[in-house]
Amino acid sequence: MIEIEAVSCSIRGASILSDVSLSLGAGGVTALVGPNGAGKSTLLSMMARLRRPDRGTITVAGHDVAATRPRVLARHLAVMPQDAALPGRLTVAELVGFGRFPHHRGRPGPADRVAVEEAITAFGLVGFEGRFLETLSGGQRQLARAAMAFAQGTPVVLLDEPLNNLDIVHARQLMARLRLMADEAGRTVVVVLHDINHAGAWADRIVAMRGGRIVAAAPTDEVMDEAVLERVYGVPVRIASADGERIALHFR
Amino acid sequence: MTMAMERLGAPSPRPRSGGAPVVVLCGCLVLLSAAGVLAGVGGVPDRGLLLTSRLPRVLAAILTGAGLAVAGLIMQSLARNRFVEPMMAGTGQAAGLGILLATIAAPGASIMLKGLAGALAAFAGTAAFLFLVRRLPPSEPFLVPLLGIVYGGVLAAVATAIAWNADLMQFLETWFSGEMSGILAGRYELLWANAALLAASVFIADRLTILSLGRDAAEGLGVSFAAMLAAGLGLVCVIAAVTVVTVGIIPFVGLVVPAMASRLIGDNVRTVMPVVALGGAVLVLASDTLGRFIRFPYEVPVGTVLGVVGAFVFLAIILTRRG
Repeated sequence: MIEIEAVSCSIRGASILSDVSLSLGAGGVTALVGPNGAGKSTLLSMMARLRRPDRGTITVAGHDVAATRPRVLARHLAVMPQDAALPGRLTVAELVGFGRFPHHRGRPGPADRVAVEEAITAFGLVGFEGRFLETLSGGQRQLARAAMAFAQGTPVVLLDEPLNNLDIVHARQLMARLRLMADEAGRTVVVVLHDINHAGAWADRIVAMRGGRIVAAAPTDEVMDEAVLERVYGVPVRIASADGERIALHFR
Repeated sequence: MTMAMERLGAPSPRPRSGGAPVVVLCGCLVLLSAAGVLAGVGGVPDRGLLLTSRLPRVLAAILTGAGLAVAGLIMQSLARNRFVEPMMAGTGQAAGLGILLATIAAPGASIMLKGLAGALAAFAGTAAFLFLVRRLPPSEPFLVPLLGIVYGGVLAAVATAIAWNADLMQFLETWFSGEMSGILAGRYELLWANAALLAASVFIADRLTILSLGRDAAEGLGVSFAAMLAAGLGLVCVIAAVTVVTVGIIPFVGLVVPAMASRLIGDNVRTVMPVVALGGAVLVLASDTLGRFIRFPYEVPVGTVLGVVGAFVFLAIILTRRG
């Protein structure tokens, strides 16, 4: 579904990504993890054609992202960028409705209304449709932004640190919805996560990066390993097991 | 930005439909138009006075107001800042400078050509302003209008220096201070361009709202930031240039009207745009009519009236936020 071939990028002489290649199959939740400055957000924004690599190619759902027209690509790939300041006096339904713009270009039809309703239901926002964004909590706002990306109806959905500033309740809620998005709607979800344990709890695959290179790209259980995580984060990490789940103990 | 918007008042938590405000504003517009057409020096007009002076003036006020208010709305979407409007951020001043240079280069040029020169200068001036705005920290939304005021002031000073040397100060005055007593049939028709531009802006309304979600979100929806910037700037600059060359700079309309409409309706450009256009028309027509009667039979320029009215409206917006 996503093919990344020999992608490199540097900003003002500093190398951000060096010769990254990665192949992600269709379906499931893939978590991009790594310490600050590992290049995970840069890689995601390149998949979303928000940034151009200096070298290399990226193909999403069979489309070369650099060569495909943006409005065509917007029907195959949705992206939720890192938190942005939203206009406060837009309703939840209006915001989610703009996710349908690539399909209707200004004239929403019955199919668009159904998709918006589905997204609002899927992200637990029923009852909030008519509320202005400025009256929502930060967590509800993130859910609304994710619902907008879902409403776009694309096979691939990319999310850049959607858990930023969320409390444990909302973070868990959002991850559960992303899980459903992959399992029930069959979307390919790629999400940049700060917290390795959210990745361990919810993702099928983990792509771990450090210093602009991929250290590990494997099923979650293989990456949730003391030796691998120590290579990723550069600090000793212990793995504990509780009820069959692996938890990284990195606090002390 | 969001926080700054919240500071603007105590707005309703849920959106209201634009229907009621539109009806009320249309009613105001009809009443004001009737007053503006029927009353004035010379009493109830005969056909000649009606067609050459009274009606053109009312139409000019409506077209100017609607155009400036929508130009403000567009510019605020482009700059992602509630506190800019073309006439206070250098667009109007750049247009005036362009018109001045065109007048020096070709004194006999038609008003159309001068307007075109003004639009080109406004485009360059506003593009430069938006380029500067992007260097300001987004956490300080009030720096944007401050920069705009300084930038507009510098452009106005340059224009004044040139006009002084070319002995064209009295011309500069007519462009830099909004005034409608000179509006007659044959001298205002360029303003109908505003009507066409308003119709065009409806087509980019959704894209303007998408732009306000942020550059990355817009590109993710297949909306090209650069293309929208060019289209929006084009609309704003032609509206500004047409207004400056026919009426002169009128401040505040583009700031006050979109701010009030946002509080009333919301930030969806498509739903708020009719209210903004009507609100601008009502505000400028009311101010011009007030200026005609406040010290009858003499006139107070509409720009002066709006300076005072706009200040009171702005104070009201700031004060109601405590209530």
